[in-house]
Amino acid sequence: MSALLEVSGVSVTFDGFRAINNLSFNIGPQELRAIIGPNGAGKTTFMDIVTGKTRPDKGSVTFGERSVSLLSLSEAKIAQAGVGRKFQRPTVFEDQSVFDNLMMALKKPRGPLAVLLFRPKAEDASKVEALAAEVGLGDQLARKSGELSHGQKQWLEIGMLLAQEPRLLLVDEPAAGMTLQEREQTTALLVEMAKTRAVVVVEHDMEFVRRLNCKVTVLHEGSVLAEGSLEHVTKNPSVIEVYLGRG
Amino acid sequence: MKKGFLAKNPSVLIFLLCLAAFTLAVTLLSEAYGVSFLSTSFVKTLGKTLCLCLVALAMDLIWGYCGILSLGHFAFFGLGGYMIGMWLMYARTEEIVVQALAGGPLPPTPEEIVTGIGTQIFGVVGGAEVPLVWFFAHSLTAQLVLVVLVPGLLALVFGWLAFRSRVTGVYLSILTQAMTLALALYLFQNDSGLRGNNGLSGLQNLPGLDEVSQDALSVWFLWASALALGLGYLLCAWVVSGKFGSVIRAIRDDEQRVRFLGYSVENYKLAVFTLTAIIAAIAGALYYPQAGIINPAELAPIASIYLAVWVAIGGRGRLYGAVIGAAFVSLLSSWFTGGRAPDINLGIYVVKWVDWWQVLLGIAFVLVTLLAPKGIGGLFDLYQGRRLPDRKGADLGPDDSSLQEKEAVQ
Ligand SMILES: Nc1ncnc2c1ncn2[C@@H]1O[C@H](COP(=O)(O)OP(=O)(O)O)[C@@H](O)[C@H]1O
Ligand SMILES: [Mg+2]
Repeated sequence: MSALLEVSGVSVTFDGFRAINNLSFNIGPQELRAIIGPNGAGKTTFMDIVTGKTRPDKGSVTFGERSVSLLSLSEAKIAQAGVGRKFQRPTVFEDQSVFDNLMMALKKPRGPLAVLLFRPKAEDASKVEALAAEVGLGDQLARKSGELSHGQKQWLEIGMLLAQEPRLLLVDEPAAGMTLQEREQTTALLVEMAKTRAVVVVEHDMEFVRRLNCKVTVLHEGSVLAEGSLEHVTKNPSVIEVYLGRG
Repeated sequence: MKKGFLAKNPSVLIFLLCLAAFTLAVTLLSEAYGVSFLSTSFVKTLGKTLCLCLVALAMDLIWGYCGILSLGHFAFFGLGGYMIGMWLMYARTEEIVVQALAGGPLPPTPEEIVTGIGTQIFGVVGGAEVPLVWFFAHSLTAQLVLVVLVPGLLALVFGWLAFRSRVTGVYLSILTQAMTLALALYLFQNDSGLRGNNGLSGLQNLPGLDEVSQDALSVWFLWASALALGLGYLLCAWVVSGKFGSVIRAIRDDEQRVRFLGYSVENYKLAVFTLTAIIAAIAGALYYPQAGIINPAELAPIASIYLAVWVAIGGRGRLYGAVIGAAFVSLLSSWFTGGRAPDINLGIYVVKWVDWWQVLLGIAFVLVTLLAPKGIGGLFDLYQGRRLPDRKGADLGPDDSSLQEKEAVQ
């Protein structure tokens, strides 16, 4: 099985501070992976690099069967290539309706002219309705998304990600701010999504990671400290030291 | 069942009907076609106001919808005016020169005519040569194309450079203002070839239409301006009504997020910037023949700042707000500065509105920004009862979800 995303030897320095240090990481086309690590380990920065927000000083990032380098692509091009991202805080367009948010995310040509001439067909509308129903917002389509509760916004954002139909999904701390029941729903959804695509989940909450039941990568000071099953990595002495050392 | 565009956007229909009624009313009250209730100069003022409403629409699209506070759109407006002004002045002067030379024993050669035009137009700046920038000035078609092309290309190049390097917010505003200032300073120079600080004048006389009175011309221009405003409004409403409108409003609110959705934010900004520059230029091309004169002072940065003030007072992010703001403030402004507003005698000090109007406008702007950010357009929301519930307090954040601070305290 060849990797969908291949990150190798990547380093990033912010004002002399090395946030990512010679990091290498692979994920297959249908794989669920959890990334854990203490605060400031570089988890968010890692996502910034893959999505094109931050340019690394050295190293390579390639994506897809033809191993396209993502380093020379803009954020928009990377997203079009099939990389979706969910932020730590839910970021939806609060001034617009749930329907408009989903319609914007729906996989369609993204150029200004195509978008200007675009008028939703019945099938597009029903796709949006189906997506909304899937994330439990079926009856909220006409509402402004700014009026939704925090949890609903999280779900709307997940719906927008599904609408994008990404091949690789990067999810930053999805469980934050969710109730126990919502967490369970989220776990199920992530596991389900990973059947047809690659999903990388960054999470603090060990209990949540345990339920994902997948391979785990431990990040520390910008590089991989350990990799393997949760069982395996939690037995690793340096991992124990990092977690206990930091409290 | 598919609903038509107007049925889905009733405010557009209402606006177009109001505009048509206004145009008809002014026509019936004009000197040329009606009961002579309105003076020709006032009809011109109204026609000019319609053009200002059009440029305000452009400003609303770029600022209110796309979130780019451009302080350069009046430069595009002025450039449009210059482009049409060149033809008006050249063709008009040509008529005069040909007439003057017709008395001679021999018919004038083309060279003599061009020299005559050169002396007439450029005598004030100490030249007689027709500069290269006037190459197309003899042709109405060419200059009309340039009305769109010159400001459009300037916006395209400027926007490409600015957006590509991701300059945003107040820095971008400063950059657009610098562009405006540079353009105005360039036009002020005599060797810019556009008559320096004299600008172009006599634009109210249309070449070949000597027998048509200004009374009639003023109404014609009012019609043309109303038509342009109506079409411009339709265009803007169409642009913001669909997914494109969604995307540019999303760019205004969180452009980084839009990038991660796969939209190239820079291209969208560039498209809107260029489109609005062209709308502004067309508005300018209709405005200056009614004003009769254009000079570089018209392009000064302050004009573009006024434009932002109109849109803010009228209400950003809604098209009719921009139109109302531009009409209301510019008409009020010409009333105050035209010396028609009565001075207020405070005993120790006489408030002369010509001087104090600017102060009043400044205060109004600050008050609107602080107290009524939706501007005059917000009144329509009040009327429709469309108000967000005042829930007091900020979002509580993750764990207490939709409750807000004050509500959650109980
Ligand atoms: N834009 C930036 N400028 C300077 N330092 C940064 C920047 N982004 C992240 N960092 C630093 O890099 C380190 C890794 O941050 P981050 O990736 O956010 O960690 P986390 O694993 O908690 O998500 C932190 O020490 C942070 O302060
Ligand atoms: Mg983080």
